[in-house]
Amino acid sequence: MGQTLSEKILSTKCDATVYADDFVIARTDVNLAQDGTGPLTVKQFKSAGFSAVAKPEGTVFFLDHAAPSPRRELSNDHITLRSFCDEFGCRLVDIGEGVCHQIAIEDHVRPGDLEVGADSHTCTGGALGAFATGMGSTDVAMAIALGKTWLRVPQTYRIWVTGKFPLGVYSKDLMLHLIGMLGADGATYKALEFGGPAIDTMAMAERLTLANMAVEAGAKTGLFAADEITRGFMEQMGRVNEFREIAPDADAVYERTIEIDASKLVPTISFPHTVDNTRVITDAGDVPVHQVFIGSCTNGRLEDLRVAADIFRGRKRARQTRVIVTPASPRVLRDALKEGIIDTFVEFGATITAPGCGACVGVHGGILGDKENCLATTNRNFKGRMGNPDAFVYLGSPASAAAAAVTGKLTDPRDFF
Amino acid sequence: MTAKAWKFGDDISTDLICPGRLFHLRSNLPELAKHVLEDADPTFASKMQKGDFVVGGRNFGLGSSREHAPTIIKLAGVQAVIAKSFARIFFRNCINVGLPAIELDTDKINQGDELEIDLGAGVLKNITQGTAITFAPLPPVMQNILADGGLSEHIRKHGDFKLK
Repeated sequence: MGQTLSEKILSTKCDATVYADDFVIARTDVNLAQDGTGPLTVKQFKSAGFSAVAKPEGTVFFLDHAAPSPRRELSNDHITLRSFCDEFGCRLVDIGEGVCHQIAIEDHVRPGDLEVGADSHTCTGGALGAFATGMGSTDVAMAIALGKTWLRVPQTYRIWVTGKFPLGVYSKDLMLHLIGMLGADGATYKALEFGGPAIDTMAMAERLTLANMAVEAGAKTGLFAADEITRGFMEQMGRVNEFREIAPDADAVYERTIEIDASKLVPTISFPHTVDNTRVITDAGDVPVHQVFIGSCTNGRLEDLRVAADIFRGRKRARQTRVIVTPASPRVLRDALKEGIIDTFVEFGATITAPGCGACVGVHGGILGDKENCLATTNRNFKGRMGNPDAFVYLGSPASAAAAAVTGKLTDPRDFF
Repeated sequence: MTAKAWKFGDDISTDLICPGRLFHLRSNLPELAKHVLEDADPTFASKMQKGDFVVGGRNFGLGSSREHAPTIIKLAGVQAVIAKSFARIFFRNCINVGLPAIELDTDKINQGDELEIDLGAGVLKNITQGTAITFAPLPPVMQNILADGGLSEHIRKHGDFKLK
């Protein structure tokens, strides 16, 4: 019987042929935790009595959620993680060295890997053809110690995308559309496997946005075949030797197939306070935007910054709208500097912050005021998400965010092309 | 143990249970627990009694992987979380911290109802209404983890995951 990508990868990791709904104990290749979940990971690792890490080279701790630290308590959490990495030989990605999921795909995740992370957006790694999933601190602590975890092999929804994306419409719009259609729990426990002609030609940056937000439909992971585009990406990252092709079998069994014609998509916005509360931009109405945030593991890559800079160039920022840009990694920041993108942002009047999670997670670096609206390129708009339960977060593509920064309100970015 | 139901709606996110703005309290769980579910019901933490039940609607615990969310629910003294459905990571985290998470139709449970739960038998009794609802057992691996009091204890005891 044919296998889906999830079934293939998990079979390899447990040395058996397994299918959806089987329970497996599988070897993990990449284990990660960040400064919000890492201290508890360390505590659980120690309280279970472990004194060694199964795979130090595949175990990475990130100081990205509170970076640079805005508070003494968080600086002390950073000390905990630095010491753990020193003691056990794991990699520490320090403040300013990037968002965990971005560094994971730049440096660590390989096609066919099992990646577990104490961060719900670990599913981002699925864009490279890995089985990547978010877990809690204790699960990841045990994976770090034992080099394995238990999983139920998920049923798969095949997301089949055809057609050409119209100008000004991106994979972010596709994903918001899909989440709006499925609902925030529409794919709970499932894997989303993306395929089809529009996926075959889709750039890695756009694929990463789709994989990243799989969890926002409740999914366990979002996966892509590893193909020539994956190879090209890994070559760019200087690790083409770690590339291998992986694709689902033609006779794999899917619980459901959802077809989407990209040419029919329009820019889409998630309204507060749930990601599935989506509206097409033409139905958005008159919504003032006080803050625009461009960044995060969802849309903080060079391609995203480029789209925003193209809209900003030669235009003026709306007086009442502040703009925060947070590149996802030092590589993104350096490339953006080289291309003159950062210069365009500064000229436009944007605030550039160090690579990290920044404003997205509501710890610091862009907390909203009461009753303020923010249009963010991030993945979540829950009440309180950006640090204030009395504020409102809207989600959209970098183009939608940039358009709002020019006009000061929700705006159709297609008007700028 | 018979205790009171605290009713919450659909889509109670981990941000509502354990707000991001209190990120700095994550290494101080007793302090963080004073704010449990604060953005969903600011009175909950101060009014709930030890043993009470948290009763949610659909997709309870969606969002972040922060295990601190079920941890502070447990630390506050909640006996079990009952919901129509759970988000995947939160559900797994509940079991990992030794907090029973029970999936059943919560529509008929009202705020303040006296409930009693029999995990082994898979029955929730609503003492106030004189009714009983049955629920499906957890998969064996999760039953084993919960019986050991959480994942850390489970691994300390067996050295591995017990799937059966």
